[in-house]
Amino acid sequence: MKKLTAPLSREDALSLRAGEHILLSGTVYTARDAAHLRMLSLIAEGKPLPVDLEGQVIYYAGPTPTPEGRPVGSIGPTTSVRMDSTTPTLLEKGLRGMIGKGERGQAVIDAMKQHGAVYFAAIGGAAALMASCVTDLQVICWDDLGPESVKRLTLHELPLIVAIDAQGNDAFAMGQAEYLTTAE
Amino acid sequence: MREISAALITETVARLCVEANRNLPEDVCAALHQAASSEPFVPARDILDILVRNEGIARRENMPICQDTGMAIVFADVGQEVHIVGDFEAAVHEGVRRGYVDGLLRKSVVADPLRRVNTGDNTPAIIHTRLVPGDKVTLTVAPKGFGSENMSRLAMLTPAAGVEGVKAFVLETVRLAGANPCPPMVLGVGIGGDFEQVAEMAKRALMVPLNESNPDPSYADLEQELLAAVNQTGIGPQGLGGKTTCLGLHILQKPTHIAGLPVAVNVSCHVTRHATEVL
Repeated sequence: MKKLTAPLSREDALSLRAGEHILLSGTVYTARDAAHLRMLSLIAEGKPLPVDLEGQVIYYAGPTPTPEGRPVGSIGPTTSVRMDSTTPTLLEKGLRGMIGKGERGQAVIDAMKQHGAVYFAAIGGAAALMASCVTDLQVICWDDLGPESVKRLTLHELPLIVAIDAQGNDAFAMGQAEYLTTAE
Repeated sequence: MREISAALITETVARLCVEANRNLPEDVCAALHQAASSEPFVPARDILDILVRNEGIARRENMPICQDTGMAIVFADVGQEVHIVGDFEAAVHEGVRRGYVDGLLRKSVVADPLRRVNTGDNTPAIIHTRLVPGDKVTLTVAPKGFGSENMSRLAMLTPAAGVEGVKAFVLETVRLAGANPCPPMVLGVGIGGDFEQVAEMAKRALMVPLNESNPDPSYADLEQELLAAVNQTGIGPQGLGGKTTCLGLHILQKPTHIAGLPVAVNVSCHVTRHATEVL
């Protein structure tokens, strides 16, 4: 299985193919609905973002509180499509990858192709298992948002599936078509 | 008249919040294992194996199965011969607060839908109370994540739409949900009643054990037919293709108006949680 380390280069993103399973290590940032809206406001006001997005990967996730003696609580992906309206703007700012669950809209896929970015699916609901792939968690900003604050995560081999690649190929449509063909 | 203290209600609700979020009900576990062993599509089977492993880790290591520990939906059947000493609803909210704060569950509730400030303790709960005969109080906590709740739908069909209209609406709901609600899903379908009753029926249908079927044979057949149709969509685990799109589907039906055929589909995920205690 291919192993990658975030932040990702444009070449990393372009090398991935929809349906491929990878293990992601390195540094990623969590951001959900509320953090996306705040980032969009900052961009609209011409102010800097809390993190330079060039090459970065955003994980759409809000973990449970961290228990004593562990680096993180349960952590799995939230539904990505809710971030669709704000994603193309972040891709323009250099965002290279996203981790979530579920399909994306055409505007996001078009922006991913234009900027050379990739969208990964994590296994929705497998949050206790995925906690073992996070070795460190630091809140970076917007603590008032609670589970929705922006957190820096250090990953060790988080299992992901390339859901939509930088060429716009879609593992959801491909996988469903493949199954239906074999089931006939 | 039997007395039950508000403090006991609080203590019980707190415990049920934690238990529901860590221990998948046995019937859902069994359905997940069964799906993992019978899924013919290899990539789908790999995902189901991960979900089975995840459920075991959560149980053994006392961790929430899913990070979305939900809004706390509390169903209370209160015996009419019971006198609750203290404020019942306040006791339930306090139980949710303690369960979510002390149990390290995620706080996912905002105080106002438009101002959107997190309440910080996952209150308020959504409480459905029924007055029933007897001197017991049955409390069920069913935490519901919104990845799946957002995919739920309701339609006021016409009588002419009939059973075919109901089937079409259920399948349309599943297709629109696609990969979003963390399939394999569990589906609760309400048919009849009125606008708000049909929605509550759909939610209650999620708690019917997956190995049981509707006591009315024609509705039991409809459950089977719909489940088979949903599992022919090819959506599969996580929407990445496969046979296992839905672990179970139940229908609850009620009398309705001569002019109407309300139908509601409450979409849930593979982490369909609920814990019950009788006081």
